Amino acid sequence: MESTPDPAGASAYLDAASAAPPHPVARQALLAALADGWADPDRLYAAGRRAQQLREAAQGSVAESLGVRPDEVSFHSSGTAAVHAAVLGGLAGRARAGRTLVHSAIEHSAVLHAAALAGAAAPVGVDLAGRLDLDAWRTAVGADGVALASLISASHEVGTVQPVAAAAEACAEHGVPLYVDAAQSIGRVAVPPGWSLLTASAHKWGGPPGVGVLVVRKGVRWLSPYPGDDRHRPRPVGALDLPAVVAAAASLRAVLAEAQAEAVRLGALVDRIRARVVATVPDVEVVGDPVQRLPHLVTFSCLYVDGEALLHALDRHGFAVSSGSSCTASTLRPSHVLEAMGVLSHGNVRVSLHRETTEDEVDRFLAVLPGVVAGLRREAGM
Amino acid sequence: MIEVDSRGRRCPLPIIDLARRMPEVAVGAVVRVLADDPAAANDIPAWCRMKGHEYLGSPAPDAYEVRRLR
Repeated sequence: MESTPDPAGASAYLDAASAAPPHPVARQALLAALADGWADPDRLYAAGRRAQQLREAAQGSVAESLGVRPDEVSFHSSGTAAVHAAVLGGLAGRARAGRTLVHSAIEHSAVLHAAALAGAAAPVGVDLAGRLDLDAWRTAVGADGVALASLISASHEVGTVQPVAAAAEACAEHGVPLYVDAAQSIGRVAVPPGWSLLTASAHKWGGPPGVGVLVVRKGVRWLSPYPGDDRHRPRPVGALDLPAVVAAAASLRAVLAEAQAEAVRLGALVDRIRARVVATVPDVEVVGDPVQRLPHLVTFSCLYVDGEALLHALDRHGFAVSSGSSCTASTLRPSHVLEAMGVLSHGNVRVSLHRETTEDEVDRFLAVLPGVVAGLRREAGM
Repeated sequence: MIEVDSRGRRCPLPIIDLARRMPEVAVGAVVRVLADDPAAANDIPAWCRMKGHEYLGSPAPDAYEVRRLR
């Protein structure tokens, strides 16, 4: 087995889709905001007012970045918390219409878990490339008792961009609000309009961890699903990590300024990975749509290889990547995303790039991968 | 019919077991895999698609049938 660390190269972090390294602007803003942003922004003394000003500035900045109104934006303690607020609050606000959540079969598990808690779920399938079945979606959102529909903007596991605009049109026809989980898109690619609720997560774009963003458009009914709160607009549960929120807002602005150039640069590196992996590793399948995809993320599955063993072997060579293989998940079930697509669930690797990723890192990864896979296959007797 | 018993073996071992027995299967013949890892239900059809064999379905719980095509 290939277990000797590569002495020639430093480690390379290739798992931006889990958490991107903090943008330099996030670091600066976080330190600066610690000085002024520690007080409770709802208090009436000077320190509270300073914190309130920071909160309002961050809210305004994120609203501008996302092209929405400041009072439509709320911050939450994580991306997952924002997802839960969107799904549960969106369903609660539409309780009179019904209790069914229509969702794609490839939503993040946070959406599926929230749906399981709240009401009835109606999953809609995807094709082999991981793209939503729009005909099935139209039928599903037109059924009786649908309270909310949920569509991920682009798959977090395979990168396939979803037909958000067409899905939103179908929802609008039936008066069903659309919730879009845009965690992998915000800061990288534009999300088409037409949605009613949207969430994002700051550490996916290079902000600090522990900041989730929820947008509820004006006129959309949202009811707090949490105890001790009769508000009709979302607010975080408990105190907000205001310095982190300020850093999230500042880094989003900085990331968006670079987004187009980065999409071109990282898209070319992903193209290289897609081509080289297929050319150099036998019995491998690159999964996800080759064209309608996120610029920074690529996923492939290697036959006869244990996903967890592959991650450990790559880690020993200094490469941090992720996997949807069942052996690496907490559930011991294969990834529901790979399962919904019908692609191989074992030997799965997700590589996701970020602004610090270099061409050299990608080339080193591509040089090491074939030997690592071959070594694991030899061990398995293949 | 050749039967591959991979019960109790975790992914990707059932697929490896199947692939290693394929040379014994005549082209056009059917092989049955017994596997209780939940990933097998997904990975056996995916393996067939990648390797150009025909997935015939699951005739019983934890059983999968594959026709060798080449």
